[in-house]
Amino acid sequence: MSDLVRLNSISKSFGGVDALRAVDFDIRPGEVHALLGENGAGKSTLMRILGGEMQPSAGSLEIGGKTVTLRDPRDARALGIAVIHQELALAPDLTVAENIFLGQLSAVVSHSALRKRARELIGRLGFAIEPGRVVSSLAIAHQQVVEIAKALSQDVKIIVFDEPTAVLSAQDAERLHEIISGLRGKGVGVVYISHRLDEVFRIADRMTVLKDGEKVGTVAVGDTNVDGVIRMMVGRPLSSLFPPRKERQVGKVVLKVNNLSAGRRVRNVSLEVRAGEIVGLGGLVGSGRTEVARLIFGADRPDSGSIEIKGKLIAPRSPRDAVRAGIGLVPEDRKMQGVVLDESIRINCTMARLSDVVNGLGFLRQSAEKKTVTALGQSLRLKAASIENPVTSLSGGNQQKVVLAKWFHAGGDLIILDEPTRGVDVGAKTEIYGLINRLAEDGKAVLVISSEHMELFGLCDRIIAMGQGEVRGELQPKDYSEERLLGMTMVGSLTAAAAGGQS
Amino acid sequence: MSSITDTAVATSRNRRLDISTFLQRFGTAGIFIILVVVASLWSDIFLTKLNMLNVLRQVASSAGIMAVGMLFVILTRGIDLSVGSIAALGSVLTGYFVAIHGYSTPATILFVLLAGAGCGVVTGFFVAYLRLPSFVMSLAMMAIARGLSLIISDGRPIPLGDNGTAFTDFGSGFLFGIPQPVLLMFAVFIVGGIVLNFTKFGRIITAIGSNEEAVRLSGIAVPRYIIAVYVISGMLASVAGIISSSRTAVGSSQVGVAAELNVIAAVVIGGASLMGGRGGVVNTFLGALIMGIIANIMNLAGVPGYHQQVYMGLIIIIAMLIQYSAGTLKHG
Repeated sequence: MSDLVRLNSISKSFGGVDALRAVDFDIRPGEVHALLGENGAGKSTLMRILGGEMQPSAGSLEIGGKTVTLRDPRDARALGIAVIHQELALAPDLTVAENIFLGQLSAVVSHSALRKRARELIGRLGFAIEPGRVVSSLAIAHQQVVEIAKALSQDVKIIVFDEPTAVLSAQDAERLHEIISGLRGKGVGVVYISHRLDEVFRIADRMTVLKDGEKVGTVAVGDTNVDGVIRMMVGRPLSSLFPPRKERQVGKVVLKVNNLSAGRRVRNVSLEVRAGEIVGLGGLVGSGRTEVARLIFGADRPDSGSIEIKGKLIAPRSPRDAVRAGIGLVPEDRKMQGVVLDESIRINCTMARLSDVVNGLGFLRQSAEKKTVTALGQSLRLKAASIENPVTSLSGGNQQKVVLAKWFHAGGDLIILDEPTRGVDVGAKTEIYGLINRLAEDGKAVLVISSEHMELFGLCDRIIAMGQGEVRGELQPKDYSEERLLGMTMVGSLTAAAAGGQS
Repeated sequence: MSSITDTAVATSRNRRLDISTFLQRFGTAGIFIILVVVASLWSDIFLTKLNMLNVLRQVASSAGIMAVGMLFVILTRGIDLSVGSIAALGSVLTGYFVAIHGYSTPATILFVLLAGAGCGVVTGFFVAYLRLPSFVMSLAMMAIARGLSLIISDGRPIPLGDNGTAFTDFGSGFLFGIPQPVLLMFAVFIVGGIVLNFTKFGRIITAIGSNEEAVRLSGIAVPRYIIAVYVISGMLASVAGIISSSRTAVGSSQVGVAAELNVIAAVVIGGASLMGGRGGVVNTFLGALIMGIIANIMNLAGVPGYHQQVYMGLIIIIAMLIQYSAGTLKHG
């Protein structure tokens, strides 16, 4: 069987950082080829290159044996390549029919003809969606069907699905799998990106695993099992980034979350964090970790469940309530949520507890503030010419130290850190790990969310695994391994992972 | 604390930052000085004490006082288009309370201030809690306040009469050789400057304009601060209305028509960013003075009133270009 598309030794770098290194990838007609890897492994970048949205830094693309250059998505589309992204690319205010035939519209649009063709197309996919409806009024799952219909409205040889089932209910996912089987039967090559290993094993013919921008390997589904694939996805050497852990006094329960639920993103989550303890929240992006943190911090409201701090029930209606209850949050997006970039280090550091540097009349005690922040900066080893410099002038690691300094100053009982070392270079990472340890040594309860498993293993006293909004299990240090953590989050539980391995 | 190691990068960045920071900080002062020098070379009358006081009095009863409130609003990344109408409401209510109901002077002032604050509460509430765009919400308040002033006055000027002599005395009075409304304006700017630079409130509203989400996630009750700036803006607008009534001895619904534009122009010429988070009281004061001086020069030069508006617009564009180049230097 000859390949439909062959990607040869594709590399892509962004400003000196390699997102892909010499990756080979091929798609045969009538197969479902799954593309697997952790977040940031380079899956989406590779598919962007296939879809013409990005040009590779090196490497070539062959279609039907001929080398081609895709300058933009239209080139790719003309050659029969369609990519269905996680974020759907529909015009929300246009109708279903208009969206499907967008780009092929002639000057005079006959609505009735368009709708008739649209209805046929959607019907063939096994759905009934009124073609005259405005796309924004449809459920996400149906929007995705429209996107697929749009891809199929033209001759398509290759179709890429980027985590299509992340937004779908089990029933809709089942129907999507039927559509994919149908496409395969017609000789279309399908690339399928998913974090759900169970469904990958059901529908894929071959799978390729990427890791840190490199290809680990390509295997036929029959030649491997869930354990084998997980082993391919992990296996990074344990780095020596983590400072030695001092003996910590684990005290009373500080945070107790009972049956917290919010929509479909957080389902019946219960957990506990004790004073002096660092607990990790593991799982993939979208597993509900950040959402749990936002609920605890009062940034969102839960539908049901309760939150206790030191045995006292709190119902934070805003971050202000949470901060008053003694909670601090180092948010995921440092620049948008963590710091006020244009303001000085000094102003940022005291933001979460101004009472310390303000007198009774609301006037700032600037000299006291300077003293406090200078001491804080020294103790956190903040590298800055002056505390009066704006935070923009700092490196990513030092900006993150400013966010940490803010919560050191606020002095709460519980600190939640969401991706604390994202965009931070290796040296600064070690220092930030040291500071997180210090928070726990000071007797604070620490909850760490991270997509870097090694980070969780190096920092945490135990790890709670989340998947699809649920707590899937808990790992103790003696059980730490990426296989186990991924197994828990992706398949459901350790036992399910084992069962999958035997099938 | 150790210094930044990559000195080459750091200094080149600092130098560029320095030029733009300099322009941002002193650009308005530069425009102001050039304007004063040109005007005094060109006209003998300009620098006389009488003319200077005239300019100041003009500024005090037009853009001046309201500019402080507008600055606060703009710092939070908002805009308040209702100030001219609230000034009219303040003017009409001054006449209404003093002349028609015969209230005492302190009671009149209190109620007028409360009316201005009330308008601000309404605007601020919708902006802060219901997340309506301040542009639209204050536009609505602009219509409402103007309408109320027309209803209350029945569209006719209300003479302050005998009970309002305290106001008219204030409007025409001098203290230390300076018109009292001008002194009031100075006081408002000084208090505004202190609040902005030395209090928690000033720090937080500036930070909100730079990054509201980060401030909210630091546990600060952002909506209260947003309401507060609209309340301050509304109250200062009603003060402008009182001053207007004091100078003309009538409460009039025609006060402050299109004043919001002059007020915003003064704040922006003063270097405040409409994207929030940047602006100062001294520069806003200079911005208001620049507007006043330009009008004054054109009067001295005998430029016809209709032409004046065109020139004013052109001069605003030039001032904005200077500020804009400073901004792009910083971010470019």
